[in-house]
Amino acid sequence: MTLALDTLGRLESEAIHIFREVAGEFDRPVILFSGGKDSTLLLHLAIKAFYPAPVPFPLLHVDTGHNFDEVIEFRDRVVAQHGLRLEVAKVQDWIDDGRLEERPDGTRNPLQTVPLLDSITQHKFDAVFGGGRRDEERARAKERIFSLRTAFGQWDPKRQRPELWNLYNGRHRAGEHVRVFPLSNWTELDVWNYIEREGIELPDIYYSHQRDVFLRDGMWLAEGPWGTAREGETLQRKTVRYRTVGDGSCTGAVESDAADIHAVIAEVAASRLTERGATRADDRLSEAAMEDRKREGYF
Amino acid sequence: MSDLLRLATAGSVDDGKSTLVGRLLYDTKSVLADTLDAVHRASADRGLATPDLSLLVDGLRSEREQGITIDVAYRYFATPKRSFVLADTPGHVQYTRNTVTGASTAQLGVLLVDARKGVIEQTRRHAAVLALLGVPRLVLAVNKIDLVDYDEVTFSRIAKEFTAHATALGYTEDAVVEIPVSALAGDNVVEKSANTPWYSGPTLLEHLENVPVEPDPHDAPFRFPVQYVIRPRTAEHLDYRGYAGLVAAGTVKPGDEIVVLPSGRRSTVTKIDTMDGELTEAAAGQSVTLLLADDIDISRGDLIASAGNAPTVTDDFEATLCWLAEKPLKAGARVLVKHGTRTVQAMVTELRDRFDEQNLSSVDSPPSLELNEIGRVSLRLAEEVPLDDYSFSRRTGSFLVIDVSDGSTLAAGLVGAPLPLLEDGVESCTGGSAAAPDNHALVSPGP
Ligand SMILES: Nc1nc2c(ncn2[C@@H]2O[C@H](COP(=O)(O)OP(=O)(O)O)[C@@H](O)[C@H]2O)c(=O)[nH]1
Ligand SMILES: [Mg+2]
Repeated sequence: MTLALDTLGRLESEAIHIFREVAGEFDRPVILFSGGKDSTLLLHLAIKAFYPAPVPFPLLHVDTGHNFDEVIEFRDRVVAQHGLRLEVAKVQDWIDDGRLEERPDGTRNPLQTVPLLDSITQHKFDAVFGGGRRDEERARAKERIFSLRTAFGQWDPKRQRPELWNLYNGRHRAGEHVRVFPLSNWTELDVWNYIEREGIELPDIYYSHQRDVFLRDGMWLAEGPWGTAREGETLQRKTVRYRTVGDGSCTGAVESDAADIHAVIAEVAASRLTERGATRADDRLSEAAMEDRKREGYF
Repeated sequence: MSDLLRLATAGSVDDGKSTLVGRLLYDTKSVLADTLDAVHRASADRGLATPDLSLLVDGLRSEREQGITIDVAYRYFATPKRSFVLADTPGHVQYTRNTVTGASTAQLGVLLVDARKGVIEQTRRHAAVLALLGVPRLVLAVNKIDLVDYDEVTFSRIAKEFTAHATALGYTEDAVVEIPVSALAGDNVVEKSANTPWYSGPTLLEHLENVPVEPDPHDAPFRFPVQYVIRPRTAEHLDYRGYAGLVAAGTVKPGDEIVVLPSGRRSTVTKIDTMDGELTEAAAGQSVTLLLADDIDISRGDLIASAGNAPTVTDDFEATLCWLAEKPLKAGARVLVKHGTRTVQAMVTELRDRFDEQNLSSVDSPPSLELNEIGRVSLRLAEEVPLDDYSFSRRTGSFLVIDVSDGSTLAAGLVGAPLPLLEDGVESCTGGSAAAPDNHALVSPGP
């Protein structure tokens, strides 16, 4: 390794520093882990931060039930491979016992907030690592690396703590918790370049493959437990890949021939659309969709 | 040349910061089509004829409603020459703390003024904050040059006044550059303007791409705050005991003699470990794990330093505070100080002076420090702590002042960091009879 760190080296060092700060100052941290690329990257960095000791935190997945099978299979394999502990909070359980109600549009992404907050309370988690990046969206651009949340999990953008130098203030009162974002300063392209450099394995759906999809609101959606093509929409076989992986009912695929990491990097570098804009219906709801969900306690 | 530049913008409200940042992103093609579509739509909804580029950065609902920026926003953009991390900090007086935040890690400050108004109180305040926090270089963007008919005389007058103020703050002339721009029309932001034939300097982007970035000095003495002790206790690594941290200053090699502070115990580095293998050397900014020859008691909060050049250990010191809380600071206040990886109880024993950033003078023994005020204080700590002067290192000379009861961050603290004071209170800073330049503005860039 050379002495002058390059961009990826600097980002890696910063993320490792953040993981170690949390390990040193919090009692019950947890890593949000869905098996998607950002959370897989988070876990990779956590493993590096504590090597050769095991990662001193459990993982938590808020499972909408609208998953891609390949991602769940990948999630479980990674957990087993590293001997980690995974808690799964199933949105379905909250719906079954009446704590949540299915939305008329069938989308479950917004329903993740309550199971997330309930799990945080139940397990007394005091630091929750998320894979959010500031380049994803305008409201996220104003997020701190250590983001204090009230006992109701709420984010108040006007009452954020100033974040000075690399000194993080994680003090909080009983019942409050801190969301921690080690990937804050990464861009989508940094993530892919790092995945290539480190040889990090991802679920196959990030690379091009054949899938039956239908067009809705300008996005290619796949069939699944969340439903299928409605009248006027036709299911057709396309060569696609996913740029983000979330709830299947609102995560769209993009037409792509990028079958390996090199092709994906070339495609991301040339892309004229942000990853959320291209593939996430939930962010298109209003100009402030992400801010509103964050205020309510979303990731 | 460094591949990354961290910059912070500052200026007062409506000077055009958000528009300028939006223009930089737009003209460097850093804005992707869907984001741009959203801005076009929102601008049309507001009845605007041309897209309002400030909407690219003002992301919060109340910001868009009020047409202002409330919180520091971080932006990432790149050209073939460099990557940029830009902290866009709001201009209202009540948000000066955001300027402090943005400045704490910036290598370059971009200050904006409205060409019709020139250098105003807020410009002087922001320049002083940037100087105090050790931002090595400044750019003054004289914006809205279109509204003064691209007038050279107006520009030169503002540039001269600003240079005088910056020099008084300790900047050398080559560390300060003034550029006439129109964020709205794009003049001299990315493209050279035909409207300012009298201006031969670089555009803002050209300057950002080429400005030298001072690297972390390699000959600085080694500093390593211990974050965490790694003890796997597995069969394979039964006796492994590694000290995890980020090198704050200097370099380290196996074989180096070190001292652990505050205990003063000495040992030798045997190994620098990472998951990618052992390193033969580690430098400032790198996260590593150190293994030592002796089994000594070290825990989070300790500092490992080069044995030959260690910081002083003290429980009594002088510091400069940028007060960031609504609640004023009074002498006798009990607070927490977070320095490196250690948090200790502390008392502010004396308010020595308050800095008047307009006149670059100071007021002795103020009754309090109010929100956004800067002053020198004396602090007494419950435990001894190893301290470097801020002018030696932004990482080991900085600390947070934290509220004991609600945990909020009250102040940015700088060990020592004498304020740039004019010798005999000049009335304004346009005089040019500045005090001897103080090199505290030229410390190494932060993390
Ligand atoms: N004529 C002119 N107007 C500008 C220029 N830059 C910004 N403005 C306008 O000044 C107002 C304030 O701009 P904004 O970017 O929100 O300022 P901020 O408060 O510093 O972020 C808006 O109406 C802009 O369109 C410029 O270079 N020329
Ligand atoms: Mg603004």
